[in-house]
Amino acid sequence: MRTPFNHLAAPMHFYRWGARLVPWLGACTVVLLALGWWGGLVLAPPDYQQGDGFRIIYVHVPSAWMSLFVYVVMAGAGAVALIWRVKLAEVLMAASAPLGAWFTFLALATGSIWGKPMWGTYWVWDARLTSELILLFLYLGVIALLAANEDRRRASRAAAVLALVGVVNVPIIHFSVQWWSTLHQGPSVGSFGAPSIHSSMLVPLLVSALAFKCYYLTVLIMRARCEIVERERNSAWVREMLPR
Amino acid sequence: MQRRRQRMLFAGVILTGVAAAAALAVRGLGENMLFFFSPSQVAAGEVPAGQSVRVGGLVVRGSVVRDSGLEVRFALSDGAESVLVRYEGILPDLFREGQGIVARGRLLTGGEFAAEEVLAKHDENYMPPEVAEALEIAREGGQIPAADAGP
Repeated sequence: MRTPFNHLAAPMHFYRWGARLVPWLGACTVVLLALGWWGGLVLAPPDYQQGDGFRIIYVHVPSAWMSLFVYVVMAGAGAVALIWRVKLAEVLMAASAPLGAWFTFLALATGSIWGKPMWGTYWVWDARLTSELILLFLYLGVIALLAANEDRRRASRAAAVLALVGVVNVPIIHFSVQWWSTLHQGPSVGSFGAPSIHSSMLVPLLVSALAFKCYYLTVLIMRARCEIVERERNSAWVREMLPR
Repeated sequence: MQRRRQRMLFAGVILTGVAAAAALAVRGLGENMLFFFSPSQVAAGEVPAGQSVRVGGLVVRGSVVRDSGLEVRFALSDGAESVLVRYEGILPDLFREGQGIVARGRLLTGGEFAAEEVLAKHDENYMPPEVAEALEIAREGGQIPAADAGP
């Protein structure tokens, strides 16, 4: 069964295509991040209640969105790896895990820094914060399982099961602020109706979020290429490519 | 093909099993997962006296009384009922009249709430000060100054 999909999904072809995509995606990241943060940190007006302190959302909110997005990508790749045994899916799952963990850490850390002056505490055990912390542990679990077996293909299968089990946490995180009365505020963007954040603040936020997504894609491809070479080090095309 | 279908079934069973367990847990946790009680629940006697609990609501406008030092008293309301809160300590930046806050402490027998910690609950609204001002004027039924309407 040879389809164009199979062809593209072959590690060798991904390795070559990825090399061409990385500089473009990297450039998009730099430009979008510069625009988003310039708009958010310089152009946007201070908030009517938080003053300049609100500007941490230009890091916090994109990281929090990415922590969920990367998890869904990782779990999706895990499912494909588990069912169809696609090598590239295993690679993308393995390359996503540390990135997602860092986005989660960044969301938790920036939230905590903002929480002390605004809420009056670094941390509370409310549903949103607790479920996001569980997400960090899920990422760490996937990373640990990937490292636990010398055979990377077996390790990927074990990690894929954990990634798949953990995906139920994603809707819990998203809806936690609506299901329970949490200290964390409800969503400003993405719920039904107009966003409850002024457009002068919203546009830089969306641009920053896009920049974070480009960053993820850039580094994902770079990490995946590295993982491919490590996994395929005994195959003919890698031997040919690398100087002996 | 056979094995692939088996693995698909395996993944499906994991997902539905965990999703069902999570849904039951979420439903079951229900009230226990509440971060705070509302003043109405306090008035209805649902909050055990003497135990450490959290009460959340809006700080009633004009109710904040600052005593000597860091002592402060204010009323907390959810629109229907209100609770009198006593607190000694530093208040968070976002604490102000009309703001949503969560107080942790004990309900005294007199119905007053002695807070040990006051957290400000921020809402999801973000706007520049000028927009907030215009909204405030509009809410009070006044006219928005002409300067704000044009460039």
